[in-house]
Amino acid sequence: MPKVNLSHFEAAFLFSLFASVVMGVVTKRTDRDRLHYGLYTFGCFLLALFGLGWLMYLGHG
Amino acid sequence: MVKEKELQQKQPMPPIATWFPPVALGWLIPGGGHFLLKRNGRGALLLVAVTSMFLFGLMMQGAMFQPQSGDLLTTLINTGGFIGDICSGILYLLSVCFGYNQVDVAGHVHDYGTKFLVTAGLLNILAMVDAYEIAAGRKD
Repeated sequence: MPKVNLSHFEAAFLFSLFASVVMGVVTKRTDRDRLHYGLYTFGCFLLALFGLGWLMYLGHG
Repeated sequence: MVKEKELQQKQPMPPIATWFPPVALGWLIPGGGHFLLKRNGRGALLLVAVTSMFLFGLMMQGAMFQPQSGDLLTTLINTGGFIGDICSGILYLLSVCFGYNQVDVAGHVHDYGTKFLVTAGLLNILAMVDAYEIAAGRKD
């Protein structure tokens, strides 16, 4: 099994991507709504990722 | 709104023969339930997303949980993690069979890998619930 060495950002980005795809697919009733919800979820993940990243950076001093 | 919720709650349980095969296949192969129900596009997306997450978890050398008893937190984390792992179905079975389950190692990459492995199983549970709802006729 090949090994990968990802940074925090890369790992969290991939996590967000896969989770958003599944949440988009299973949640809504029309394809349009699914696409919108998937993109919305992905945006929320990224927002939280950058927000928490900056919070930790600023909190660290 | 309240009446709608009450109506949804009062819906009788569909016969097991209608929902069990898609749910069981959905557990074994991520997205398999959707393929069985002829939702091929959605099934393919689920298959790719869950399998990719699991494979990335393995490539990051994530650890597989084993049920352990001890204090409450240890039991909760290990049993919950184990349930999350086995919900990946055949991916979990094959990786254990071929010896890809690894011991817990310190490091952020391995830690992410462990979370990827558990989350792949949890996402597969969502897919199984969706397959159940489609099979039961509660969803298109």
